[in-house]
Amino acid sequence: MSTKEIAGKAIEFDADGYMADYKQWDQQVAEALASDIGITLTDAHWKVINFCRTDYEAQGDAPTLRRITTVGGVPTKDLYQLFPKGPAKKVAYVAGLKKPSGCI
Amino acid sequence: MKKLLILGAGTAGTMIANKLSHVLSRDEWKITLVDQNETHYYQPGFLFIPFGIYGENDVIKPKRDFIPSGVDMIVSEIELIEPEHNRVRIAKDNRHLQYDYLIIATGTHPRPEETPGLTDASWRKNIHDFYTFDGAVALTKHLRTWQGGKLVVSIMELPYKCPVAPLEFIFLADWYFHEKGMRDKVELTLATPLPGAFTKPRAGQLLGNILEEKNIKIVPEFYTERVDSEQNVLHSYDEQEVPYDLLVVVPVNKGADVIGRSGLGDELNHVPVDKHTFLHAEYDNIFALGDAAGLPTSKAGSVAHFAAEVFVENFLRYIDGQEMTEQFDGHANCFIESGFGKGILIDFNYDVEPLPGKFPLPGIGPFSLLQESEMNHWGKMMFRWMYWNILLKGKEMPITAQMSMAGKWS
Ligand SMILES: Cc1cc2nc3c(=O)[nH]c(=O)nc-3n(C[C@H](O)[C@H](O)[C@H](O)COP(=O)(O)OP(=O)(O)OC[C@H]3O[C@@H](n4cnc5c(N)ncnc54)[C@H](O)[C@@H]3O)c2cc1C
Repeated sequence: MSTKEIAGKAIEFDADGYMADYKQWDQQVAEALASDIGITLTDAHWKVINFCRTDYEAQGDAPTLRRITTVGGVPTKDLYQLFPKGPAKKVAYVAGLKKPSGCI
Repeated sequence: MKKLLILGAGTAGTMIANKLSHVLSRDEWKITLVDQNETHYYQPGFLFIPFGIYGENDVIKPKRDFIPSGVDMIVSEIELIEPEHNRVRIAKDNRHLQYDYLIIATGTHPRPEETPGLTDASWRKNIHDFYTFDGAVALTKHLRTWQGGKLVVSIMELPYKCPVAPLEFIFLADWYFHEKGMRDKVELTLATPLPGAFTKPRAGQLLGNILEEKNIKIVPEFYTERVDSEQNVLHSYDEQEVPYDLLVVVPVNKGADVIGRSGLGDELNHVPVDKHTFLHAEYDNIFALGDAAGLPTSKAGSVAHFAAEVFVENFLRYIDGQEMTEQFDGHANCFIESGFGKGILIDFNYDVEPLPGKFPLPGIGPFSLLQESEMNHWGKMMFRWMYWNILLKGKEMPITAQMSMAGKWS
């Protein structure tokens, strides 16, 4: 656990470097986290972020790429353009969610 | 009479039918098992077929040999599960089977047609899989006469069953080409969507080192978009390219179509269940076990075995109206063949990553955790005997269902 100041708020991060409590998140935090990894958020980004947060609340897990594509309706190719190199992890990071549990 | 219906007589369904038939009263319970296939395949053995280590007969036996007396086995395709009506429609005679409790154990299966280009003209020519019996047999023939070049092993989607199998395949390929005196003519590459050889850090590092020692290249974070089977190139979504001469894939793994059709699955037709009790999220008389279940642990026979032990204890309480007190911890235990007669053993659960140590007897072994040894290789070879004679028949194994920290060094 570590605490960093993001958009004027003291935000806690877990050992993986993802937000420890997704409830601390808001729009400004998302923008700051995105710019941290070199992304400027557009409407297309927000559509993905909002889907991921809603899905996280329902499922308790950050969605996989396939899930964002099949359930959220955003083509995988677009996800790679919006969040280059590792979109599932990057969206989760910006959306204030835990690192996707991936698969063992 | 109460009716218990088990869908799928693979590893999980067969084990559970055996265990429950011993403990449920025959006067009170009717147990029915449905599977479309009369043959039981020892899937872990598919890995060894392409290299001539196992033959076809080592991995097949009739399912009937493992069905306990008193259990009614129906050979038929399952067409639809209707949870609102507590019944299942099967193809044979268009029958409906009623149930009081339903256990879904229909597994997860390779679906090469999900990846564009994969099943075009080159499928089973210079593109192969070893996740099916037919695939493993076809690959055996191909390898026998292959002259060398770029051999690429690639994983199409996560999760897939037996997460270590592609690594084992590439380790065994390295050994096989050495033995044939042509290792210098073969370039070995593993293209994987994972960030490294394995997700868990310590095992990932060890396995990564072994890949390096064996001169096997790894392309991590490679998420395949399509296969160009004319140019022989794999393309990822982020426009990386990996050329191949021979491509061996782990296709997308999906749960049975009947799960999706019945509205019981997630986007890959895996059934969402409680990760400690396997009870379905919506229906209180449906459980899913084995690869069919959407659990955050490996899809593996060993997991199904540990899960079945926990499940049976709980189920006996549950049908008596009591709370399910046993909690499955995600325990997985996998032998990893590393070639040249050696193997590695990993033991882990939802919370604890694979650690070094001795297993199953602390300090003694005979198996070494997270370390290469010849004994571990024999463990893997013995596993086939254990599978047919102990595991499937639902007999006790000398390993506890819950993972133990004894003997592990952290
Ligand atoms: C190459 C390879 C290597 C492996 N190595 C290992 C290993 O070393 N160790 C390990 O622990 N595990 C290993 N595994 C994984 C292991 O084989 C599986 O995890 C295990 O078999 C899962 O059991 P299951 O009962 O859930 O599914 P399965 O055994 O696949 O059984 C599912 C059953 O459901 C039936 N079915 C499905 N749909 C329908 C339908 N619609 N109608 C009727 N019947 C249906 C099928 O016919 C099948 O019999 C390996 C797997 C592969 C492919």
